Amino acid sequence: MDMKRDYYEDIELFKSNVILFWTIALLVFLFTFPLYVSNYYVYLFNIIMVHVILAVGLNILVGSTGQISLGHAGFFAIGAYGTVFLMTGFQLPFFLALIIAAFIAAFFGFILGLPALRLEGPYLAIASMGFGLTIMHIIGGMEIFGGRMGVKAPPLDIGISPLGLSFILDTDREKYYLMLVLTIILTIAARNILKTKAGRAFVAIRDSDIAAEVVGVNLTVYKTLAFAVSAFYAGVAGGLFGFVLGFFDPFTFNMILSIIFLVMVVVGGLGTIHGSIMGAVLITYLQYDLLKNVGEVPYIGDLLIAVSGKWFTVIGLENFSSMAIGLIMIGIIIFEPLGMFGVWIRMKKYWMTWPF
Amino acid sequence: MPVGQLLIEGLAIGACYGLFATAVVIIYKTSEVVNFAQGDMAMFSTFVAFHILTVYQYPFWVALIVTLIFSVVLGIMIEYLFLRPAKHPTILGLIVITLGAQMILMGLASWKWGAEQQYFNIPLDPGTTYEPVSGMVMNNWTLAVLTVTVIVITVLYIFFNYTKLGVAMRATQQNKLAAKVMGIRTERILSIAWGFSALIGSLAGMFFASRATLDPVFMMEPFMRAFAGAVLGGLMSIPGVIVGGVLMGLIENFFGFFWPHWKPIIAFIVIILILCIKPSGLFTSHYVKKV
Repeated sequence: MDMKRDYYEDIELFKSNVILFWTIALLVFLFTFPLYVSNYYVYLFNIIMVHVILAVGLNILVGSTGQISLGHAGFFAIGAYGTVFLMTGFQLPFFLALIIAAFIAAFFGFILGLPALRLEGPYLAIASMGFGLTIMHIIGGMEIFGGRMGVKAPPLDIGISPLGLSFILDTDREKYYLMLVLTIILTIAARNILKTKAGRAFVAIRDSDIAAEVVGVNLTVYKTLAFAVSAFYAGVAGGLFGFVLGFFDPFTFNMILSIIFLVMVVVGGLGTIHGSIMGAVLITYLQYDLLKNVGEVPYIGDLLIAVSGKWFTVIGLENFSSMAIGLIMIGIIIFEPLGMFGVWIRMKKYWMTWPF
Repeated sequence: MPVGQLLIEGLAIGACYGLFATAVVIIYKTSEVVNFAQGDMAMFSTFVAFHILTVYQYPFWVALIVTLIFSVVLGIMIEYLFLRPAKHPTILGLIVITLGAQMILMGLASWKWGAEQQYFNIPLDPGTTYEPVSGMVMNNWTLAVLTVTVIVITVLYIFFNYTKLGVAMRATQQNKLAAKVMGIRTERILSIAWGFSALIGSLAGMFFASRATLDPVFMMEPFMRAFAGAVLGGLMSIPGVIVGGVLMGLIENFFGFFWPHWKPIIAFIVIILILCIKPSGLFTSHYVKKV
């Protein structure tokens, strides 16, 4: 089924015409999406796309290179604050600011990659968690970044305003197309990265770093590179996230956010780009829409409100989302360690070999 | 610089970190799982004590005993319900499971008790102070922390060296399969380790809560600092962890005296530096990895 006979078959973007057809159908749907739905869903979809970019990047690190990071909220924050600060402080155009901020995040990723050379598993998780919290505290403690009060994003001007080419995106619908184009570019880029020499080195490190070193993979270069690439994605996502929200403070980027990012990758399926996209869409939808307003869901909502009134507090019902996400995390590891992508593969196999 | 005062306060808060880090290490020693839910298990138990004290108005000692029993049950339940069904989990899988348990406990606690800060008081008069050496003022909280830590360490030392169960726990850690062959029920040992660790964690949690305020995220930063202490000490030996925790408390207190603004981040800097320079901590030899 999935046998590849030569290298060119492996690097093909579309494996068959069927996939090409459905990809085009999906793209057409995505580009016309704002026409069918209300503003709220466009806004929700913007957040989803930001998280897709981040999850795809995090997956390069966690899924393909096998390094654990609980500090991606830190890179996300660097991207958000960096972009806004470069735009307001240095009057840089948006794209330049976004790219510089993403490279700053990548540099910090490289820095975090250095201890990762000697650490693994739980130690690395703790070190990266410490990194994320440190970034949050440093940004919160510096008045130049707005301190604890947070900052307001400037108008999103994708032209070059000093030259008089101003092109301001101010509604969610306009921002949607910017996000969509960037998401598609970055997703394809991630897919291609995994097919290059560096991508194969990442996978070799995941499977066994000692064996990879023996066959000549330079661990220092490729482990730090994986961190840098992943942090670059997080930086871009953060830069966009700032403009989607319009206003943010250091506590937006807390440790729970890092956990949520890791959950997206794990729930979607480690090491697959489809998986990270599915995970990001599912978890973001659950967190920002379904579970946030769980009281309004038919049947279950009434039951939960009754339960809250009797044993818990009704105000605290919004915290149901973290409980549900916790249960999803545990359930995925216990019942389906390959994540949603594993379910998809099994369904595909079942139908392909049907009726056997 | 009030060296004596900083020293005694650092020692007390360090003992607290050490106590909490011991809880992390007991689980890590027996099952090589780093329990990210430890902080929230302690938070939840402390909230139970708070609930018994404020809603049911029972005396403190009743609340303490009920809470300790509750925390043991909670620890065993988490092991039994969440970790045991996972078959051959990877390290990432284990981390995700404990993080999931953390999210569940945090969600439950904020659902039940809300996110606002509560006051949790242990019945020790904070006004009474002692000055054994001039310049070192201790209050009842400090004394209680130091006493409890010493008692717990002594009990653990005796437990791990002289009781059948403690020896069985050490055997499980060294070689699970061999221990099983020798007739040790290793699954049960894991449950017991989780119960034990939750008990010690909830003791430390009550000390932390009575020093500051109680809310559903109050254990997050103490957890990080205690973990920094545990890493400093090497994650494998209980005396090492206590020393690491105390060192962490002292570093933090002295650093906080000079740069109070940056006090919260010192723990993370220590963690990253220690992990870079001597990844297996100060008191254990470096582990050798097999291919």
